[in-house]
Amino acid sequence: MNMETVINMVLLSLLVVTAIAIVRIKDLFAAAMLAGIYGLLSASFFVMMDAVDVAFTEASVGAGISTLLMLTTLAMTGRFEKISGNYRPRLALVLVALTGALLIYGTLDMPAFGTAAAPVHEHVAPRYLNDSYAEIGIPNAVTSVLASYRGFDTFGEVVVIFTAGIGVLALLMRAEKPTPRTQTPTASMHEHMVLRIVAKMLIPLILLFGLYVQFHGEYGPGGGFQAGVIFASAFFLYSMLFGLSEARKVVNHVVVQILAALGVLLYGSVGIVSLMNGKNFLDYSALSADAVHGQHLGILAIELGVGITVTTVMIIIFFAFSGRNQIEGEKD
Amino acid sequence: MLANLSIHFPVLQVVVPLMAAPACLLLRQRGLAWGFAVLAMLVAFAISVALLYQVIAGGAISYALGGWEAPWGIEYRVDLLNAPLLMLVSGISAIALLAARTSIENEIPADRHTMFYIAWLLCTAGLLGILSTGDAFNVFVFLEISSLSAYTLIALGKDRRALWASYQYLIAGTIGATFILIGIGLMYVMTGTLNMADLAQRLPEVSSSRTVFTAFAFFMVGVCLKLALFPLHLWLPNAYAFAPSVVTAFLAATATKVAVYVLLRFVFSVFGYEFSFSHLPLQEILLVLGLLGIFAASIVAIYQTNLKRLLAYSSVAQIGYLILGISFANETGVMATLLHMLNHGLMKGALFLSLAAVVYRLGIAQLDQMHGLASRMPWTMAAFLIGGLSLIGVPLTVGFVSKWYLVSAALENGWWPVAALILIGSLLSVIYIWKIIEVAYFKPVSATTPDVQEAPLGLLLPMWMLVLANLYFGINTELTVGVSQLAAASLFGGAP
Repeated sequence: MNMETVINMVLLSLLVVTAIAIVRIKDLFAAAMLAGIYGLLSASFFVMMDAVDVAFTEASVGAGISTLLMLTTLAMTGRFEKISGNYRPRLALVLVALTGALLIYGTLDMPAFGTAAAPVHEHVAPRYLNDSYAEIGIPNAVTSVLASYRGFDTFGEVVVIFTAGIGVLALLMRAEKPTPRTQTPTASMHEHMVLRIVAKMLIPLILLFGLYVQFHGEYGPGGGFQAGVIFASAFFLYSMLFGLSEARKVVNHVVVQILAALGVLLYGSVGIVSLMNGKNFLDYSALSADAVHGQHLGILAIELGVGITVTTVMIIIFFAFSGRNQIEGEKD
Repeated sequence: MLANLSIHFPVLQVVVPLMAAPACLLLRQRGLAWGFAVLAMLVAFAISVALLYQVIAGGAISYALGGWEAPWGIEYRVDLLNAPLLMLVSGISAIALLAARTSIENEIPADRHTMFYIAWLLCTAGLLGILSTGDAFNVFVFLEISSLSAYTLIALGKDRRALWASYQYLIAGTIGATFILIGIGLMYVMTGTLNMADLAQRLPEVSSSRTVFTAFAFFMVGVCLKLALFPLHLWLPNAYAFAPSVVTAFLAATATKVAVYVLLRFVFSVFGYEFSFSHLPLQEILLVLGLLGIFAASIVAIYQTNLKRLLAYSSVAQIGYLILGISFANETGVMATLLHMLNHGLMKGALFLSLAAVVYRLGIAQLDQMHGLASRMPWTMAAFLIGGLSLIGVPLTVGFVSKWYLVSAALENGWWPVAALILIGSLLSVIYIWKIIEVAYFKPVSATTPDVQEAPLGLLLPMWMLVLANLYFGINTELTVGVSQLAAASLFGGAP
């Protein structure tokens, strides 16, 4: 048994243990933290599978921002699960077990992991790996696939994020503006001098790293999705430590909404410009006289659109939840 | 320029409402947002009409997104199967949106109207995207757009239970979408491609593997959750009953039809008739569930007093008819399903819009408040009457046409008991529709009937557009029957 197999087995066993713990535990705070750990373990597992781009996304989304959003929700709902008597959904357990069994059954005829002759390596992928540098001119083939070959899927994904923001705004938006206050209930961290000073030092670095990830996606793992999440988490950190009203001074909610829309529109406009230049929707080669240069330009533009929308939607969701918490806190 | 633009219609069909959504957020003002959304939907509808005629004249249209040819890039593919549905979805969305401005006045707080219109456009764009695409993963992406926005639209209902209904739908819908994704993932593992036409070519080589069987099973269960096939329909009645009335009209007429389309596309085009009907007892499963759905849901509908909920159960029953048509596994059956998808969209759109008018005036569509309502709201109840007759399947309405072909398909297989059951099922719908007609037309106005006026024109006009469509396509069946016949023939022609 080689080292890689051992590491995989350890990581996967830890994943199972974490998943069971999340199901069993009644303390939601612990469950949220465990979910973060689950994300981090998955990310490590993806690294082992050489899928670094996916691992990066999983680390920033699964282990990072979703944990933060869950914690924000817990600030509203309370820490412990309500224990409801003799609730034992046996039928559901049977169904889940059947589903699991079917999934395992399905893996029996799968080509072994890493086999060079597997269909996924032989049909569409060789062109992505061999020709993408000549066709698109950037070294990271993953970015070429998601931003150009399958750029329309990514457009759809950005719209999914935008839709989530719209959903939260539509349901949680309040007509009345929360009164400005100096001290907010969420700022119980206010007293923690060490945390605040460390955060002050970290936030510029986080923002800088976000920018690096944003503009380095063509060369290494990264891109608009991860950058947007990293950028937004700097804002979360700031508002958690210094209070919501302080954070609101930095980001105006109307501007954030407009930016969220503009990010999607920027992505779509690249497609429209391609149309105007006589090429198909999202054909970036129409953007410049030199087709490869046009591809590079298009990818930069759409990644920027992704980054803007992801950052702002995350901020919208965070403010909608924690702002609501603040108002309900006032009522008590 | 315009002639040039027409080659981009397949993508513009989806992108116009998709990009109009963020643009509405920039407009901010709700009146402007509505006007802009209506404009975008009218453009989308015009494009869908043009596409249908392009397809009828020149066959399937393929469009390579990003200029990358399939299977490396994503392909949009408009053919006889999806072109009529594109027209149905964009048409119903446009008409219901016309009614929305008036209808949501009393149902949704004014400061949320802009968000409502944005979610509406996103949901429409999502549904249109699912229909247009020729790429399996792209289906999932647009399914997410349409689902997330549908949860939002439903949760905006006036009753607080709308939130709970939306949450139930969210859980069921997410499980469905995840199963679909697992199915697509397993197909990719075995073929290395995501393009539907390419999948159709490569799947037969590996069709005997357990992985492909699992992919098929997961995909089918996922889609059946989304299309609310009995007994996976539990999310639907609450979602339709508590959603804002125009949202119910829009979703009931379109969303489940799009899910049925996905089922047809994968069963016939991607996996292929041979695989689909030989590896699983699919025919028997669909037949039994379809019939159970028709009877169980119709009987439950008879006992409802809230009309939105009543029609929601009727929708579950109608989905039973759609599935029944597929279970016949013959050309006439699939053709009847296709036809009924269009026709049921028209009738449920008209019926739910007339309920939207009732809710606008009465605040709720409850049977015991509707005694003699036809004398107070004659146009609204006349629209309901015609929609109801169409639902039952009375001649000269669209409902008759689709029931006719459904029964002939059953007889073609020699399944005369099934044909008899279809007719008995129709009798059940006579009972629940008659119950409402009797109260509204033949009961005298009582003290519980609120003193109300006819609904405003903003609601009556869109409602009657759909009513007239019910009559027009019931009498002049050339377009709908012709296109459905050709589409069904193409599904059985072997070529994807």
